[in-house]
Amino acid sequence: MKILVPVKRVVDFNVKVRVKADGTGVDLANVKMAMNPFDEIAVEEAVRLREGGLASEVIAVSCGVTAAQDTLRTAMAVGADRAVLVETDAELQPLAVAKLLRAVAEREGVQLVVLGKQAIDDDANQTGQMLSALLGWPQATFASKVVVGDNKVTVTREIDGGLETIELSLPAVVTVDLRLNEPRFASLPNIMKAKKKPLDTLKAEELGVDVAPRLKTLSVAEPPKRAGGVILANVAELVSRLRDEAKVI
Amino acid sequence: MSILVIAEHDNQHIKSATLNAVTAAKQIGGDIDIVVLGGDCAAAAAEAAKIDGVARVRVIDAAHYKDQLAENAAIILAQMAGTYTHVLVAATAFGKNLGPRVAALLDVAQVSDIVAVKSPDTFVRPIYAGNALATVQSSDPVKLVTVRTAAFDAAPTGGGSAVVENAPQGPDLGVSKLVSRELAVSARPELGNARVVVSGGRALGSADAFHAVVEPLADKLGAAIGASRAAVDAGYVPNDAQVGQTGKAVAPELYIAIGISGAIQHLAGMTESKVIVAINKDPDAPIFQVANYGLVGDLFELVPQLTASL
Ligand SMILES: Cc1cc2nc3c(=O)[nH]c(=O)nc-3n(C[C@H](O)[C@H](O)[C@H](O)COP(=O)(O)OP(=O)(O)OC[C@H]3O[C@@H](n4cnc5c(N)ncnc54)[C@H](O)[C@@H]3O)c2cc1C
Repeated sequence: MKILVPVKRVVDFNVKVRVKADGTGVDLANVKMAMNPFDEIAVEEAVRLREGGLASEVIAVSCGVTAAQDTLRTAMAVGADRAVLVETDAELQPLAVAKLLRAVAEREGVQLVVLGKQAIDDDANQTGQMLSALLGWPQATFASKVVVGDNKVTVTREIDGGLETIELSLPAVVTVDLRLNEPRFASLPNIMKAKKKPLDTLKAEELGVDVAPRLKTLSVAEPPKRAGGVILANVAELVSRLRDEAKVI
Repeated sequence: MSILVIAEHDNQHIKSATLNAVTAAKQIGGDIDIVVLGGDCAAAAAEAAKIDGVARVRVIDAAHYKDQLAENAAIILAQMAGTYTHVLVAATAFGKNLGPRVAALLDVAQVSDIVAVKSPDTFVRPIYAGNALATVQSSDPVKLVTVRTAAFDAAPTGGGSAVVENAPQGPDLGVSKLVSRELAVSARPELGNARVVVSGGRALGSADAFHAVVEPLADKLGAAIGASRAAVDAGYVPNDAQVGQTGKAVAPELYIAIGISGAIQHLAGMTESKVIVAINKDPDAPIFQVANYGLVGDLFELVPQLTASL
């Protein structure tokens, strides 16, 4: 069984992004970029499945600019066998990414797609669900446990109020949540080895997908700032402020 | 304009998140229908009919919808959705799972997690963990929108008298099935719409300490319990207590953050709270920058004192 792991290059989670003064977007010049943290968890899960003899090959794929090659190398440094870059400078929205990924999944003949539940830049939480709809495959989102069996995968999902376990027939799409695993760090020798692993580049146009954005961003603004608060001397003062000033208790 | 709101329910009762989605629908304006898809879900449909401002409740009732898995649900909802200008669902685990699947079947974009309606085709949504607010316009024939519940009041219920009618079923694809659900039963209010939220962080140090320190305060205040990711990862509280960018967004009247540093990912889920209290031993913790009231000191002393004085 081959596993496809889509990965996205995003602003590092430690960076506090700033809105551009002209309100057209956020300022990404000279900002540290990294693999979307949820995708690190997805790569780790796929690699563990291969190490456990449940998968034959792990293929990382990214859609976007040339620099996404770095993200693919990172995926290979932690164990992905090879990588595919679907290269484009166009603005890609989740539906377009899902269409590109469908084309790659079909070309590669994969049985399982494992990806992050959400990217920490656009916070959309859509791509996996859209991809599985387009492929006509079942989906398990927000996975905290994945067990691959005979022609099926059993997934425990984080839902409101607790956990749910569902069983899907393969092929299927799984999106991962934070508690699924703890991704390993890439060792120096593995980073070196990853440089030699195959990385194929396709142009988005070659896949025959219309990637035109459906949503137009009219403006991007800073959220309203909260007015500064006060440090209080003791609990008694807090209680009286909450009662008499804020009137919330 | 005609809007379809997808109800979240357990076949018996409508979940309150649905009411927040109805309010967003009212702000868009137009006729509002609700679809209740489930198995033996007549009770939930009857409840939906009482929500103010709803014209029709459309019921898709069949055994293969009982567990509301996305595959069977999306295919029939996409069919129904085609005749509407908007489809709305709450941005809960349920709506996040289902919405994009319906959108892709309709070949339309989804506008995720909106916090404001600007016009029928223009919405505001947070990006980059709430560090920025994007105003986006959709040109798709059907606007599929998920609604951040904390950003819209619950629509009143009880006064409505919508028509309840059955709608056609779709196929049973047979590709997914529910094995089990472990849902915690709690007497506390739901985190998503509680008036008061008491949240604990890594500093609690253990599940026992979390129970012993945070819970009595929550009990006194009739509050829901929240947590930082660190506290959830460490197993002090269940996963669905996580507040933040990748957990729940809450906006209670009072939010008390105990031993939480205030990482941007946490702030993304709670800065819309009306009053924020932070209790932390580090006077430089970023949580104090968003708090109305702060107490600097050891939570293990301060929190029991606070509980005792209420
Ligand atoms: C992809 C991704 C998604 C994430 N999503 C979320 C999310 O949705 N929600 C979320 O919360 N986090 C999220 N995080 C994690 C986030 O970055 C922080 O790591 C996390 O919020 C820290 O939790 P904390 O404040 O409990 O712990 P810490 O940052 O360790 O803070 C503990 C605080 O307790 C204080 N303290 C210690 N002892 C005491 C004491 N005795 N008395 C009083 N104060 C004390 C310390 O001064 C410190 O400020 C995410 C991270 C990533 C990478």
